[in-house]
Amino acid sequence: VIAAIDWLSAHGITPILAIPFAAAALLLFLPDYRLSARLNAGSALLTLLAALTLLVHKPAPGDYLLVDDLNIVFIVLNTFVGFTAAVFSASYIGHELEIGRLTAKHLRFYHAMYQILLFGMNLALLANNIGLMWVAIELSTLTTVLMVGIYRTPEALEAAWKYFILGSVGIALALFGTILVYMAAQPVVGEGPGGMIWTVLIAHAASLDPALLNLAFVFLLLGYGTKVGLAPLHAWLPDAHAEGPTPISAVLSGLLLNVALHAVLRFKLLLAANPAAIAPGPLMATLGLVSLIFAGFMLYRRRDIKRMFAYSSIEHMGIIAFAFGIGGPLANFAGLLHMTMHSLTKSAIFYAVGHIAQAKGTQRLADLRGLTVTHPLLGWGLVVGVAAIAGMPPFGIFMSEFLVVSSTFAREPLLAVPLVIGLLVAFGALMLRLQGVAFGEPLGSSEPVKASYVPMAVHLALVLAAGIYLPPPLVTWFQHVAELLH
Amino acid sequence: MDRLAFDIAHFLAGSLVLVSMMLLYQDRLSALINVFAFQAVVLALSVSWQAYIQNAPHLYLTAMIALVVKAIVIPVALHRMIRRLGIHREIEKALNVGLTMLAGLALVALSVVVVLRVTSEASMLAREDLAFALSVVLLGLLMMVTRRNAVSQVIGFMSLENGLILAATGAKGMPFVVEISVAFSVLIAFIVIGIFLFRIRERFDTVDLQALDEVREAQR
Repeated sequence: VIAAIDWLSAHGITPILAIPFAAAALLLFLPDYRLSARLNAGSALLTLLAALTLLVHKPAPGDYLLVDDLNIVFIVLNTFVGFTAAVFSASYIGHELEIGRLTAKHLRFYHAMYQILLFGMNLALLANNIGLMWVAIELSTLTTVLMVGIYRTPEALEAAWKYFILGSVGIALALFGTILVYMAAQPVVGEGPGGMIWTVLIAHAASLDPALLNLAFVFLLLGYGTKVGLAPLHAWLPDAHAEGPTPISAVLSGLLLNVALHAVLRFKLLLAANPAAIAPGPLMATLGLVSLIFAGFMLYRRRDIKRMFAYSSIEHMGIIAFAFGIGGPLANFAGLLHMTMHSLTKSAIFYAVGHIAQAKGTQRLADLRGLTVTHPLLGWGLVVGVAAIAGMPPFGIFMSEFLVVSSTFAREPLLAVPLVIGLLVAFGALMLRLQGVAFGEPLGSSEPVKASYVPMAVHLALVLAAGIYLPPPLVTWFQHVAELLH
Repeated sequence: MDRLAFDIAHFLAGSLVLVSMMLLYQDRLSALINVFAFQAVVLALSVSWQAYIQNAPHLYLTAMIALVVKAIVIPVALHRMIRRLGIHREIEKALNVGLTMLAGLALVALSVVVVLRVTSEASMLAREDLAFALSVVLLGLLMMVTRRNAVSQVIGFMSLENGLILAATGAKGMPFVVEISVAFSVLIAFIVIGIFLFRIRERFDTVDLQALDEVREAQR
């Protein structure tokens, strides 16, 4: 075992990419869906284990891949949620097959795409080359487009198309920003691949042309910000979440938004290392605040349960972008913690919602009533999840939101006012909806469904545990990363 | 650098912007496709000229891709497609030509001012190339928001992408240019297949679909 661990850590990066890639190739040809659902989860578990070895040993950065203190947080979180979502997906798709929404052929495609998506996201996080990062984010966008449209209903196709067009525009703007960064680097680093390698760029950051960097950051923030789902660039997000299979909604909300955010953070670091460039913080904080308040009000008018939680994702990505925009060790710490907690909680909520929608045969909020009576485990799971996502104590999100608010008071007291208003608006909306859905007069079928409660329970337990007690090693780790982020 | 080499590069990049402006006021779909094919030819010429003056043979490959895929394959496919969908004679009515052209002019002026101001240290050729490239990108975006038809939106996206290729080839020695043009070709192939398979004729407004549902319900 020790020899195996040594080998894995020496070749630490490769398995994270090789396992999903090989699994995708295999799953494309595997006809039996039960077997492929298990293989899907097993491969995700192996990827998670490979990612954990990176915690012990970080390989030296190469020209294309890099493991540093910043991306390791994202990678571990990403592979963990990727694994639990695969477990949830195994029971979810069984039901979809039974009711005939998906066929065995669709599922082969679905599982292969799931692994390609994990591959693309891991590659985007690991990339040490801003060109490679761009290609990887494009790859993960394309795979999610295909997955969102998999039900082939007019609504699903429309959502996939909208996601596709808006995502492509975002991706195109991000490429323009990437070219500008290269042009800023070229006189300093010289022609050729050096001008795209992130470690080289950051080492020479102070001598890059600040004016070009400023212009580049605007394009990168708008481009990758589209993928983060920041208002007013969010229009694709609610449809993509609502019309696709629920495991994909969970992966989109919990992971893909973070991957795009990671790209923004990388370029923020580059600008922060150049004293003459504009401060990227205020731009991010503004977009974040706008998203928070906008999504908070939009939450009141939702009629579809998945759409409602999609807006809640916009709200939380807004809070995270705002926290990183405020900057400083405390706000960055809060941003990292909030990102982790949001990924865990939101995916848990989608796990619950997926099974609830299957049990009731609808996603309409008006038809979902009294879930704690008809489906006690799912209903109470949803209650706990919504209480956590709304920011009630003693869950982890309460703590991270509290930290965001208090660090804002310390640095920019005036901004704390709209921040708190936005948080309260969203809180009110979620509580209002939860009441009917969980405790109203029971409606619809109360047939039990075959559900996997473990992924949801594990996530919620982690969020609860983080709210009560954060282990000191985790705190030191996050503090260290927060300092890196300036 | 040779004065003539500079002038030719300048002329080709400037032509791209002009063709982008022409795209803005085409109200017939088939004319729009033809103008787009013309733009792809100009792009191919411009990229090959850059390949020649920069001594970068791999850029010829990018030029070839632009010529074969964007000037021939895609336009031919789009022509056949709009005939099959029965929209080849359609005229876009909601287009306000005067206003769109004014907005386009403003965007070109904006990008020239912004780029020339921020790139005071770069070489003259790189600066002008970038200014033109940004104009083409912004004009493509403008086209995407002013059009209602999915096919014309896609043409807007492709002309936007022409601007990106221009920028990438203008940045001397940039790696991945060929790979990026291949990646974009794949993306565009996806889009074109998507339009055809799903018979998408109208654009999807950026409003939340739920708002549409509410309208439908209210009408009932």
